[in-house]
Amino acid sequence: MPDSSETTLRNATIAVLVENEAGILARVVGLFSGRGYNIESLTVAPVDEERRLSRITIVTSGTDMVIEQIKAQLDRLVPVHKVADLTLEGPHLAREMMLIKVVGTGEQRMEALRLADAFRARVVDATTGSLVFEMTGSGDKLDAFIALMQPLGLKEVSRTGVVAIARGAGSLQA
Amino acid sequence: MMSGAEIVLQALKDQGVEVIFGYPGGAVLPLYDALFQQNAIRHILVRHEQAAVHAAEGYARSTGKVGVVLVTSGPGATNAVTGLVDALMDSIPVICLTGQVPTHLIGNDAFQEADTTGITRPATKHNYLVKDINKLAGVVHEAFYVAKAGRPGPVVIDLPKDILIGKGPYTEAPQTPHRSYRPQTEPDPAAIRQAVRLLKQAKRPVVYTGGGVINSGPEASRLLTEFVRMTGFPCTNTLMGLGAYPSSDPQFLGMLGMHGTYEANLAMHGCDVMLNIGARFDDRVTGRLNAFAPQSKKIHADIDPSSINKNVAVDVAIVGDAGRVLQALIEAWRADATPQDKPALTEWWRTIDGWRAKDCLRYRQEGSIIKPQHAIRRLYEITRESGRETFITTEVGQHQMWAAQYFGFEKPNHWMTSGGLGTMGYGLPAAMGVQIGHPDALVIDIAGEASILMNIQEMGTLAQYRLPVKIFILNNEYMGMVRQWQELLHGGRYSESYSAALPDFVKLAESFHATGLRAKTVDDLDRVIREMLAIDGPVIADIAVDKEENCFPMIPSGAAHNEMILGPDQEGGVAGVTDEGKVLV
Repeated sequence: MPDSSETTLRNATIAVLVENEAGILARVVGLFSGRGYNIESLTVAPVDEERRLSRITIVTSGTDMVIEQIKAQLDRLVPVHKVADLTLEGPHLAREMMLIKVVGTGEQRMEALRLADAFRARVVDATTGSLVFEMTGSGDKLDAFIALMQPLGLKEVSRTGVVAIARGAGSLQA
Repeated sequence: MMSGAEIVLQALKDQGVEVIFGYPGGAVLPLYDALFQQNAIRHILVRHEQAAVHAAEGYARSTGKVGVVLVTSGPGATNAVTGLVDALMDSIPVICLTGQVPTHLIGNDAFQEADTTGITRPATKHNYLVKDINKLAGVVHEAFYVAKAGRPGPVVIDLPKDILIGKGPYTEAPQTPHRSYRPQTEPDPAAIRQAVRLLKQAKRPVVYTGGGVINSGPEASRLLTEFVRMTGFPCTNTLMGLGAYPSSDPQFLGMLGMHGTYEANLAMHGCDVMLNIGARFDDRVTGRLNAFAPQSKKIHADIDPSSINKNVAVDVAIVGDAGRVLQALIEAWRADATPQDKPALTEWWRTIDGWRAKDCLRYRQEGSIIKPQHAIRRLYEITRESGRETFITTEVGQHQMWAAQYFGFEKPNHWMTSGGLGTMGYGLPAAMGVQIGHPDALVIDIAGEASILMNIQEMGTLAQYRLPVKIFILNNEYMGMVRQWQELLHGGRYSESYSAALPDFVKLAESFHATGLRAKTVDDLDRVIREMLAIDGPVIADIAVDKEENCFPMIPSGAAHNEMILGPDQEGGVAGVTDEGKVLV
């Protein structure tokens, strides 16, 4: 009987500090596709210009054994400084940002604005026939807002993917 | 200020490089021009870029140094890819310098342009595209560090032609640690103590080691031998690990895995504590995973943390260099006062000796047709009698497994075979590289008639550099391992596995300025082997062997260690192979 670490799937939010150099994203993405791991979300941006560091946040899922593999495989990439499993290592914050465009007039438009207010979405562009909201939150919250906009003239969605950081004083250092 | 090409050569010299295996072309002309104007580094001109990488692998594996390859852009680089993946799978340190079109043409589909770093990203441990000549020397030094550090592997440096021609500064290898890549080599003492505690109490222990012990250097093999002897444990090696433990030692069980010995595989299946050092629970070794060593506590020491808990969940994980791990195990074994369970160990050896008594590698040499096993056995015995230092390379297939089974290795670094990737065409170029590293040694490529044709053009390289490599072809006129699987698993439908229209290997040898010999019957065999060894130059010995001999013992795909087939007469045979098993390679 295989133990649960080999069968139960879990989600993991993994933060990776890497050298900010050409090809690093291709290495990470190639690792996931080449070894058949899931990527549910991936974000990347420079976080320390002086030390040429970028931070990649990956949301993935797998058995404990697979997630341990993913971390070990990431860690042995030459330009990778640090790998942290935020899900495993304690409480963390995860946020996503979205821009969402709704086209409509009259009561539909009013309803969209009321809901946006309730969700603390900001209006960042408006014409007489359209609205663009900016919204930050958990993936679930963004999903809920998209569902509500569906009947109100939803036209287009652009999401950043998840960024995450551990709660408390501890930090991820290169 | 130096030219880019001069910077590259200076960095290679500073890294101790004495030889490069390569093939010129437009994009690397500046490097070839710089090579022409110096004498410190020798260049060996191969006939195909794949062979350059295998030659560098053979050189690296037999000398412990980094192998260096130089190829041009586009097809030069793409031809090298098979060799790079081979080196990646077998953890061989190789630097491959590839030419590239000038930086301003990159991405323009220029003549002989290929996205080399893109193509080789999953084929290498790491790769670089140098776009700034100020970073060139640093990149070359770093590449050597990356190729050697931790689990070794191939590294590509892609060099645009304008970088090779441009002028820039030379910098020496940095003394500071690498910014991000610092693999752990020292094992955690707590993990070592935990391992020793398990090993001391073991009733049915087994030591299973792989290429990691070889890669760590000869001292690791010496420590392995010391540890195995002081514990009294049985020891088995993987295909990559042969030579780490002396094959003639009574505590050696032979190779394990798909074509391993009965005693090695049953010891793995029945053990209560397994110590794996520098092996990776490869599918050739484990057989069906859910039936692998079912009652055992497993200790796994590996320099690559991603190899631990990948295929098999283990009880004690030790990250570190095999040699350092063995040293620590020996010290901890001495420090731990717990007595061993000697009666249990004696009983375990009695069980193992019972398995040994099956004599699973026995074969019957009857009649005049040469049995391939017999050909290897005689090659081994006659080379041993000769007393010469002997290196063996192989191609891939049945002959490779027979070589692993019937040729004994007493020392590490004398056995070069394509283990992970299983690359037909590996053996001849690898033997060239070994011979370059050991000009006076006896270097033999044990080959099959199909594999040898995959890089046969390298006969030209042997001739040019007077490399006295011996090619010992077990010629059964079949891609033997394919034929064997077709016989056992596909109803004897020999689809495309017959080696039709073979060349006359004797004439082929002669046309490449080498000597060709042939053994047709068992009476010719010893004479041909002795003649081959006596000739001071390259030789092809074409040995006509039994066409339908199969390689046994065999664990059929999808089967467990204790379900192995000993030989053709065994009841049931492979009839029990499930469809699930057939899916496996």
